[in-house]
Amino acid sequence: MNAFSRGLLAASVLALGAAAPAMAKTFVYCSEGSPEGFDPVPYTAGTTFDASAHPIYNRLVEFKKGTTEVEPGLAESWEVSEDGLEYTFHLRKGVKFHSNEKFTPTRDFNADDVIFSYDRQGNAENPWHQYLAGISYEYYSAMEMASLISSMEKIDDYTVKFTLSRPEAPFMANIAMPFASIVSKEYADTLEAAGTREDLNNLPIGTGPFKFVAYQKDAVIRYQKNADYWGTAPMIDDLVFAITPDAAVRLQKLKAGECHLMPYPAPADLEAIKADPNLKLDEQAGLNVGYLAYNTTVAPFDNPKVRKALNMAINKGAIVDAVFQGAAVAAKNPIPPTMWSYNDAIQDDPYDPEAAKAMLEAEGVSDLSMKIWAMPVQRPYMPNARRTAELMQEDFAKVGVNVEIVSYEWGEYLKKSTEVNRDGAVILGWTGDNGDPDNFLAVLLSCAAAGEGGSNRAQWCNEDFSALISQAKQTSDPAERTRLYEEAQVIFKDQAPWATIAHSTQYVPMAKNVEGFMMSPLGDFTFETVDLVE
Amino acid sequence: MLRFILSKLLYLIPTFLGITMIAFGFVRVLPGDPVLLMAGERGITPERHAELSHQLGFDRPIWEQYLDFLGRLLQGDLGNSLVTKKPVLTEFLALFPATIELGLVAIVIATMVGIPVGVIAAIKRGSWFDQVSMTAALVGFSMPIFWWGLLLIILFSGILQWTPVSGRISLLYYFPQVTGFMLIDSLLSGQKGAFLSALSHLILPSVVLATIPLAVIARQTRSAMLEVMGEDYVRTARAKGLPSSRVVGVHALRNAMIPVVTTIGLQIGVLMAGAILTETIFSWPGIGKWMIDSISRRDYPVVQSGLLLIAGVVMLVNLAVDLTYGLINPRIRHK
Repeated sequence: MNAFSRGLLAASVLALGAAAPAMAKTFVYCSEGSPEGFDPVPYTAGTTFDASAHPIYNRLVEFKKGTTEVEPGLAESWEVSEDGLEYTFHLRKGVKFHSNEKFTPTRDFNADDVIFSYDRQGNAENPWHQYLAGISYEYYSAMEMASLISSMEKIDDYTVKFTLSRPEAPFMANIAMPFASIVSKEYADTLEAAGTREDLNNLPIGTGPFKFVAYQKDAVIRYQKNADYWGTAPMIDDLVFAITPDAAVRLQKLKAGECHLMPYPAPADLEAIKADPNLKLDEQAGLNVGYLAYNTTVAPFDNPKVRKALNMAINKGAIVDAVFQGAAVAAKNPIPPTMWSYNDAIQDDPYDPEAAKAMLEAEGVSDLSMKIWAMPVQRPYMPNARRTAELMQEDFAKVGVNVEIVSYEWGEYLKKSTEVNRDGAVILGWTGDNGDPDNFLAVLLSCAAAGEGGSNRAQWCNEDFSALISQAKQTSDPAERTRLYEEAQVIFKDQAPWATIAHSTQYVPMAKNVEGFMMSPLGDFTFETVDLVE
Repeated sequence: MLRFILSKLLYLIPTFLGITMIAFGFVRVLPGDPVLLMAGERGITPERHAELSHQLGFDRPIWEQYLDFLGRLLQGDLGNSLVTKKPVLTEFLALFPATIELGLVAIVIATMVGIPVGVIAAIKRGSWFDQVSMTAALVGFSMPIFWWGLLLIILFSGILQWTPVSGRISLLYYFPQVTGFMLIDSLLSGQKGAFLSALSHLILPSVVLATIPLAVIARQTRSAMLEVMGEDYVRTARAKGLPSSRVVGVHALRNAMIPVVTTIGLQIGVLMAGAILTETIFSWPGIGKWMIDSISRRDYPVVQSGLLLIAGVVMLVNLAVDLTYGLINPRIRHK
């Protein structure tokens, strides 16, 4: 070793020694899009929740990581009254809100924050109800919270009682959702006094594992570890979202080491990712379903046997291979296999064009022409609706049914597909909000959701099915609820309002040195458990 | 000269009014409804739909909405985004410098490369340089930007690892925005290496964005030069025994520049169109990507006011081009 190398070595040892203690662990996530804002309550996009509700905020109860089970959050415990109408929450003590340049909290989280967070959404008289121009609370309204919560009462600083207007078993799962995030009442008061109310949305303050640092629109979001976090503090010091809308570019960034983890890889890239020695790929069954909904009010699709025959004509395996590139499982039930109460005893209709043809003839259906609606957009539950429709067109041709494929602009598609006398069967799907079967079965298939503007695209109203679903909604015993939902799935299969297509798999590519990332069945990306190892 | 400028400015008023109509009408002609897009797969009841439409003012007659838009415009209010709920102007100002920075560098590359290439190709007409450069220009002109950008990323960032993949600066650097121009802000920050990082992030996107204008400018320069080189005054200049460099550089080039400057001015529109794709590929936080996102979400206020702001900028650039003619060609100034 010559003098120069020795000097260099000494210098680098020094540099390392000096740098090591100060070196912050920075985790970079190549996110797929920009958040609409940082107040999680008025928005509905998952991209927004990943940037706001999950890192910055907490809720009374939380989904246990990697599951859809509800566990204590800002409420340490709770009691439900015998009649299922009163929920009393005991709040966690000593929880600190974040601080920023404009605000330093003088008190810990308490009951006032809980009541404020709900009241501002449901109560039009609340001064914060309209704090942004054109604001609305779509999740609060979609989950029917306004009619459900008849009152909220502060018993003391750390006890809140919610009184419901009707028993509602999914209530706990609902309030673990992002729209139920708890904001600081004290921060709101401070902003109100300063006349800068919009900062509730721009400079968020929460109790979550990460503190918001800065957002440069459409480019970068920076967060810092919340050292005072009431739960297990994150292992990384800084969290950065590098907003990268194109999937191919996200992958290049991941490969180049510009980020550690990315969402939504292109299905075509999966093989290359698996083969890359510097990357690893996590996968999990998605909490979703892609389906073809017949219009069950229009002949001959009002006949369950006709619908069943058409279902038997569809080669689902071919769709899973060609459209999902194998990254899905063929669906037999309207809810995915990862969801509790999934009825695995149900047998799927076999793929049997001959039998299907015979069944159609037996029902007196010949020379049938129908429309299949193909969505103009990609969704996690349906990567290519046009291709799916084409495969179905071929399948139906084999049983003598002539198919015309139609499509509309996405907004139009969503609207027209809810019209009661819609002509044709429509391809669509659903991703679960909270892991409760009610969030699929009631939202997509109940009588209440049928009709124009509703989300029951089959316009299918089966009294027995709907009775089971609403009974389950009012039952608090999980075993009993499971039984009711299993029974409902039997009716669904028998009546066949949809051709269930597939449940797609989610993939998350990441760098080899990422540890502790937990995929969420709800499709959330959260980073309080991740670590970077050498 | 002052009268010349004033008359040009007067022309802007009716043009601007026309643009407000087009901007307002354009996004409403597209099928689709922002309220429905907001509701997504869940759907929305007709009652709730009516309620939200009323809240947003979409249930009023279209002319009333337009007059309201104009009225607010006169008061300097461009409206708020339906999606982010933030003022359109705030969003525009946050994103515009990124587009300008990228566009300026691209136009500088296109001009600095395009003009000399065009001049040399014209002087050495028919040579291998002429043929290769004009073929390259034709290819460049027809290049699908998205594909071209991705190709460069895979080659230079993926395989060769010479340039970063996307973004405006390495995430290691963090400093407040002062001007919004990353090259300037990185210098102001005083952080070591920040400027070089910002510069290295600019290379690929600006080359991609410059490709089409460069091709157009090179071809335009070549044909303008060829035309001018055959003029009497160039022959006279040669006959006077002036050195070739002076004949080309002063007598020919200066006259050939008039159509070239027009072309460069027109490329501003091309740049805006190219910016939409370039910004999307390179995750460049500019107004091109902002417009595309807003159109797909039918964010009416952003689209109408955003188009207006962009059109305003393009109009000012065109005005500047018109005034430049005056500088290059005294005859125009005196008309």
